[in-house]
Amino acid sequence: MSLLSLEKVVKTFGGLTAVNRVSFSVDAGDVVGLIGPNGAGKTTVFNLITGNYTPDSGEILFEGRSVKGKKPHKIVDMGIARTFQSIRLFQNMSVVENVLAGCHCRMKSGIFASMIRTPGQRREEKKALETAKEVLEFVDLWESAGLSASSLSYGKQRLLEIARALASRPRLIILDEPAGGMNDQETAELLHLIREISRKGITVLLIEHDMGLVMRACEKLVVIEYGTKIAEGRPEEVKNNPRVIEAYLGSDEEEDAC
Amino acid sequence: MNKNAFIISVLLAFFACFPVLFSNPYWIGVLNDIWLYAILGLSLNWIVGHTGLFNLGHAAYYAVGAYTAAILSTRYNIPILWLLPVAGAAAGLFALAVARPIIHLRGDYLAIVTIGVGEIVRIALENDIFGLTGGSNGIFGIPRPEIFDMRIRRPWQFYYLIGGFLLITIWFFYRLEQSRFGRALNYIKEDETAAEGSGINTAWYKLAAFVIGAVWAGMAGTLFAAKMTIISPGSFNFWESVLIFAIVILGGAGSIPGVILGAFLLVGLPEFFRNFADARMLFFGAAMVLMMIFRNKGLLPPLARKYAGVPRVKGGDA
Repeated sequence: MSLLSLEKVVKTFGGLTAVNRVSFSVDAGDVVGLIGPNGAGKTTVFNLITGNYTPDSGEILFEGRSVKGKKPHKIVDMGIARTFQSIRLFQNMSVVENVLAGCHCRMKSGIFASMIRTPGQRREEKKALETAKEVLEFVDLWESAGLSASSLSYGKQRLLEIARALASRPRLIILDEPAGGMNDQETAELLHLIREISRKGITVLLIEHDMGLVMRACEKLVVIEYGTKIAEGRPEEVKNNPRVIEAYLGSDEEEDAC
Repeated sequence: MNKNAFIISVLLAFFACFPVLFSNPYWIGVLNDIWLYAILGLSLNWIVGHTGLFNLGHAAYYAVGAYTAAILSTRYNIPILWLLPVAGAAAGLFALAVARPIIHLRGDYLAIVTIGVGEIVRIALENDIFGLTGGSNGIFGIPRPEIFDMRIRRPWQFYYLIGGFLLITIWFFYRLEQSRFGRALNYIKEDETAAEGSGINTAWYKLAAFVIGAVWAGMAGTLFAAKMTIISPGSFNFWESVLIFAIVILGGAGSIPGVILGAFLLVGLPEFFRNFADARMLFFGAAMVLMMIFRNKGLLPPLARKYAGVPRVKGGDA
């Protein structure tokens, strides 16, 4: 059974159908890319999975359980972590605290336990800090753990977002345009990181513009255009699919019509 | 940070001996007010300072606590200090009921609604709601508190009662601030969408911040009722809410020492300038304006939390 499956998902905004009966599935352990031209509805699909939007119809299943109608924090708790397209860190807080945000949903101490600082609460804080350290070392940011997030470079801020997502111990991580604003060197490092994440047994869903990265990172691609899935398959198959080429480069007829 | 520990010990020792050194009941009374407002400021600090929710109606919860304690102690002769948790719970439940439908509002919208809540409570009290609150005259004859058969009456006795409660408050609040609860509120203040997307139940935490702030304001209300023996709606008007709000913002939103300093400045300083009665408000307004321009994080902004084992940063942090 696949880890995540979308079945005929529909989302409309007013009269606009942003996502039209999109179905695809992500198998456990895979690196899957969701691609499409600007405004194709990639981010809408993304927001439907993470609970920021609720589908009008259709079903989204994660490990066999529906995520439909659940709040984003609940979905993180179920095991789906995300990063944001435009960086959304807690800028005035330290790097380590940003990562501890991801640990939050795996902690249980309540208000009273924290007020009296029970042994259980202290143990939990210690454990969370260990998780934070492990994750920050994984993205090679532990040396900057005490800095405020705003003092990091753009590329490092992206890594911190990934670290924060990993700290929630997800089984699926969804990266929304992680290579945006990165230079070639940083993109190469990102590719390496994605492979490392995958090696840890975490399934990756990548929403990306950078075709080079997607082709190299993903085992499977899903292509959408105007809210509809137009192709699905292995990267080299998809690359040669005439509908995909048309969607990305436009067809002759279209140019004539314009 | 031995320097900080030293400063705190010196201040603690000074204020512990204050009534012995200066037996002037007037200044002890001023300090009692400062302690009370420090408690109120710290309670509002959860909502405004840590979570970034503009609550301009905090006097409502203060009033609910004060009136709960006053009504129960005058009608049923329950010792007033026993009513601390009861009044706190009443204010907390009231906050739960009131804040739940408005918690999703942001910024100035929330501020306007909370002003409304504050006014509704005050007007309800003035109209002798349920025949319990005594209208605009309020409730009088609230019995003095007693601890181990000692009746607390004199300013110095209240000094230790309210001061002691302030210390307990700081103790609990500091620990809570350093926990995942404090962090969760800060994440919401920084970026609510990112907080929710990182797995934080933002609606729950915002409500929790309101409730914990209200519980503490309710307990402060109990102490106020016990100290005054008379309470009336006039003590819980809009300006009261503004004053508590200003204490948090001026002192340093999210910072315990900041809020206490704010209480000293906004409650204590006007007493110093009593001789310049007319000019002091002008001076105060000007000071506030300058503050907001040059130190808009408050006089003592919160320090970053420390975590064991995190690599040291050269040159400190901003």
